[in-house]
Amino acid sequence: MMMGSSFPEEVLEHVFSFIERDKDRNAISTVCQSWYEIERWSRRRVFVGNCYAVSPLILIKRFPDVRCLELKGKPHFADFNLVPEGWGAYVSPWIAAASTAYPWLEEIRLKRMVISDDSLELISKSFKNFKVLVLSSCEGFSTEGLAAIAANCRNLRELDLRESEVEDLNQSSGHWLSHFPDNYTSLVSLNIACLNSEVSFTALERLVGRCPNLRTLRLNRAVPLDRLAILLRRAPQLVELGTGEASDLRPDVFSNLSGAFSGCKELKSLSGFWDVAPGYLPVVYPICPRLTSLNLSYAATIQSSDLIKLVSQCHNLQKLWVLDYIEDLGLEALSASCKDLRELRVFPSEPFGVEPNVLLTEQGLVSVSEGCPKLHSVLYFCRQMSNDALRTIARNRPNMTRFRLCIIEPRTPDYLNHQSLDVGFGAIVEHCKDLRRLSLSGLLTDRVFEYIGTYGKKLEMLSVAFAGDSDLGLHHVLSGCENLRKLEIRDCPFGDKALLANAAKLETMRSLWMSSCSVSFGACKLLGQKMPRLNVEVIDERGPPGSRPESCPVEKLYIYRTISGQRFDMPGFVWTKDENSALGLS
Amino acid sequence: MVSKLTLEVVEDQLLGAWGMGLAKGGNGRRRDEKWNFNCGIHIKAQIDRLKKLESDVSSPVECRGGRGAEQYSSAVSSLLEEKKNNLNLRATELRLGLPGSQSPEREPELCLLKSGKLDEKPLFPLLPSKEGICSSSQKNVVSGNKRGFSDTMDGFSEVKSSMYPEGNWMFQTASDSEAPKSVGQGKFSGNSGMNVALSPRPSGAQPAIKKELPTKVLQQERPRGTNGTSHNPKTASNNNNSSAPAPKAQVVGWPPIRSFRKNSLATTSKNNDEVDGKPGPGALFVKVSMDGAPYLRKVDLRTYATYQELSTALEKMFSCFTLGQCGSQGVPGREMLSESKLRDLLHGSEYVLTYEDKDGDWMLVGDVPWEMFIDSCKRLKIMKGSDAIGLAPRAMEKSRNRN
Repeated sequence: MMMGSSFPEEVLEHVFSFIERDKDRNAISTVCQSWYEIERWSRRRVFVGNCYAVSPLILIKRFPDVRCLELKGKPHFADFNLVPEGWGAYVSPWIAAASTAYPWLEEIRLKRMVISDDSLELISKSFKNFKVLVLSSCEGFSTEGLAAIAANCRNLRELDLRESEVEDLNQSSGHWLSHFPDNYTSLVSLNIACLNSEVSFTALERLVGRCPNLRTLRLNRAVPLDRLAILLRRAPQLVELGTGEASDLRPDVFSNLSGAFSGCKELKSLSGFWDVAPGYLPVVYPICPRLTSLNLSYAATIQSSDLIKLVSQCHNLQKLWVLDYIEDLGLEALSASCKDLRELRVFPSEPFGVEPNVLLTEQGLVSVSEGCPKLHSVLYFCRQMSNDALRTIARNRPNMTRFRLCIIEPRTPDYLNHQSLDVGFGAIVEHCKDLRRLSLSGLLTDRVFEYIGTYGKKLEMLSVAFAGDSDLGLHHVLSGCENLRKLEIRDCPFGDKALLANAAKLETMRSLWMSSCSVSFGACKLLGQKMPRLNVEVIDERGPPGSRPESCPVEKLYIYRTISGQRFDMPGFVWTKDENSALGLS
Repeated sequence: MVSKLTLEVVEDQLLGAWGMGLAKGGNGRRRDEKWNFNCGIHIKAQIDRLKKLESDVSSPVECRGGRGAEQYSSAVSSLLEEKKNNLNLRATELRLGLPGSQSPEREPELCLLKSGKLDEKPLFPLLPSKEGICSSSQKNVVSGNKRGFSDTMDGFSEVKSSMYPEGNWMFQTASDSEAPKSVGQGKFSGNSGMNVALSPRPSGAQPAIKKELPTKVLQQERPRGTNGTSHNPKTASNNNNSSAPAPKAQVVGWPPIRSFRKNSLATTSKNNDEVDGKPGPGALFVKVSMDGAPYLRKVDLRTYATYQELSTALEKMFSCFTLGQCGSQGVPGREMLSESKLRDLLHGSEYVLTYEDKDGDWMLVGDVPWEMFIDSCKRLKIMKGSDAIGLAPRAMEKSRNRN
C-alpha cells in the first residue's frame, strides 16, 4: 500500500492540525518520510527546554514556519543564586535568527533567560503579528525595551513580566506605558507585578479604559488602592487581578474600593496584597465564593485569623499560595472549606529566623491532605516533619503529582524519633504512583534514594540538598528512575563513581546539576571526552581547574545533552572540553 | 536491570567501562598534557596518582561513610604530597585594601579536607576552606597605615589628617610572592570559537545594562571567587565586631526562595518597622561593577558582617578582570604574561571601592558603620583611584550631617 500517494498532503495537514502535543507530533513525524515533511512544515509551536540543547539554525532548518516559540535558559537553581551572573542563556541569537526566518512569529515565551533591550526592539520591529510576550524570571532589559514593545506591537495581546528583573530607566520621553499608541486596543493580559518603579497612572488608566478585552491585570506595588478602584471601574470584566500596595486604611478608599469590587462579576483570581492593612480585606469578601486562585504569598501583614476568615469563604478555591502565617489552624480551616483545592504553596515568612515564628508544623499539611481530595501539587516550607506525617500524607493523597517539601534547617531528622526521613519519603514515592516532581529535605541517607529508584518510575524532576551518604545514593536514582529528565543536587557526598557508571543515562535526560558535591575534575574531563553529545560544564570560580589536582572536586557541574555542540558564549568561570584542540581526539 | 545495588557493582561497571580512561595510556596521556597548564606537576606523577586512586577504589575497606571515605583520605594524602609541588598561586593575587586592616594571610589552597573531618558529616566535605568569610576574618586586623573603622568613629579630626592614607583601597601583593605561574591559554577552556567583542558600555548616567554577548575573559590564573558564601550554618558566625548575637550565617541559596520573594519580604518588614532584634530578613543583592570589566556581578551584602569580608570577596571576584585589562591593552589574549609584566601591573594599579546610596550619591565605602552601610547601599562600583578623588570629602560631610 503506497501511503505517500494515496492521501493528498492537504488532507494530512488538516488532520495534523488537530494534533498539538509535542509528543504526538514527534511520533507522527517518525511514521514515514512524507509524514515527517508534512509535519515539520505544519508545526507551529515549539518548546525548547534548554536553549543550549539545540541551535537556532537547526530549529529553523527543521521547522520553517513556527509561530510560537518557548525557550528555557538557566538551570532551575539559578533561582536561588547558585548560578553565577554571566553564565549564559542569552536569547539574542534566537531573536536574530527568528527575525529573518519567522516573520509570522506570534508568541515568545522565555524562562530564565537574558534578553536585552536591543532584542526587545528587534522583536517589536520584526514580527508584524506579534501577540504574546512572556518573560518569566528573565533579566538584562529595561523599561526602554518595554517602550519599544509598547510602541511597535500593534497586535500585542499579552505582556507578562512575571518575576523578571527590569531595570528602570527614567526616560525623558515619558513612561513606557504611554508608548502604547492611542489607537491600540488589543491588550488582553498585562502583568507588571515585578516592576519596582513607579507607574504612570494616567497612562495605565487610559490603557485599561480603551482595551475592552482586558482579562488579566497584575499591578505592581506602586499602584495605590485609590487608583485601583478607578481601574476596576474601567475594567469590570477583569478575570485576574493583582493589587498593589494597600497600607493606609482610609474609610473613603475602603468604600470606593468596595463598590468597585462589587462590579467585578468575573473575577476569579487574586494576587498582590503587598502591605495590605487587614482592615481592607472585607472588600474582597463578595468575590471570595467565585475565586479559584488566590495568591497571598506577599501579604506579610495578614495574620492567621484574617487569613482564616478570608479562606473560609473561598469554597471554589483551586489554587492557594500563602505565607506560613496561615498556621496549622488556618490549614485546617482550608481543608474544611475548600474541597476543590488542587494546589497549595506555603512560603516561610521568616526563612532565615533561627526560631519558628509561627505555629505551622507538619500537621497543617496532613490536615489538607486529608480534607482536600483533589490536592495534587504541594510546596511546603516548615521546620519540623515526621515519617508518620509523610506516610499519612502519602496514603491520603496517592494522586499527588508534585511534592516539594522544604524543611528549613538542613538535615533535620524526624522530630519524634530522631531518625532519618527515608521511610517517610519512601512512602510518598511508593504510594503516589503518578509523582512527577519531588523535592527532598531533612535528614536523609542513601536509603531514600533506593526507594526513589525503586518506586519513582514516573518521576521527571528531582531536587536534592544536603542528603545521602555515598555514591550509591546517586546510583540508585540514575539507574532506577526511568523517566528522569531533570536532576539537581547540591551539597551531597556524591562523587565520580555513580556519575561515570551511569553516563549513558545522562543522554536520556535534559540536564544534571551538581554543586558542592564530590565530583572530581578528572571525572568531568573523562565524561566530556567519552560523551560527545553531552556538554559537561564545570563552573568554578576558583580559577582554572587544571591548576588543581585532577582529584580535586569541582564547585559546580552542569551537564546537559545537546545536538549543537559546545556553546561559544561561556564566561571565564565555565570550563569545558576544547573541541578545536590542535592535537585532536586520537 | 541492576541486580544487586552495591558499590562493588558500581565499581565493576566503572572500571569495565572506563578503565581505559583512568589508566591513561598512550593518547590519553597526551590529552592530559594539553589540558594541564600548570608547570609544576609532572605528568608522570599525575598518572601515578591516578593509578593509586584506581587501586584504592578496588580494595574493599569498611569505614564510616563507605568506601568513599577511604578513597577521599588516600586522595588527601597524595594531594598533600603534591601541595609542595604546587606553586603558591595566592601570592600573585590582587588585593583590595580596606581601611584599618591588612589583607588576610595567604594560605595555599587545600582542596580536600584533612581526613580527620571525615568523621563528621560535613556539609561541604570537599570544599576548600573559605578564608576571610566564615573563618578568622578578624585575626589580621591591624592598625597600620590605614584607618580603621573604629578610628573613624572616634572623631573626624583624625580623618582630616589622614584623608588618603597610603594603603587605602590599593591592590597589593603579598610580601612573599613567588614567581607567578605562567599564565597561559587554558586548553580545557571554553575559549574555542569566536571571541565576541563587547559593544562599548553606554556612557553617561545610565546604569550599565548587561549586553548579551560578553567578551571571553582572558584565561588567567584566578583566585577563588565568591558567589556569596556557602558556609555551614552550624559553624555560624565568627564575626566578632558586634555585641548583639551575630546573625545566623546563611548558606547560599538555602532555603530555596527566589530573590524576588526574599526582597519583597525584606521590604515589607522594613516598612512595618519591626524592631525585634531578630536577624535581618532576606538577602540583599546589589550589583557590583568595575570599570572595564565585561560584565557585572552581584553580591549579597547580608552574607558579610564586616567591610573586610566584603573586600576579600570582591577582590576574588574581580582580580581576574584587572589581569584581563592588562591583556586587552596590548598583550593579545592568548599570550602568556611575563612575570615582570604581572608584577608591574600589581604594583601600579589603584582601585577604590565606592557605592551608590539611597540618595543617588556615590560614596566611598568604609566610612559609616557596617549596618548603616548595607542599609543605604544600592550598588557597588570599583573605580579607578583617579576617578574617585573628591568622594571622601562628600562622604565626611554626609556623615557629619547625619550626626
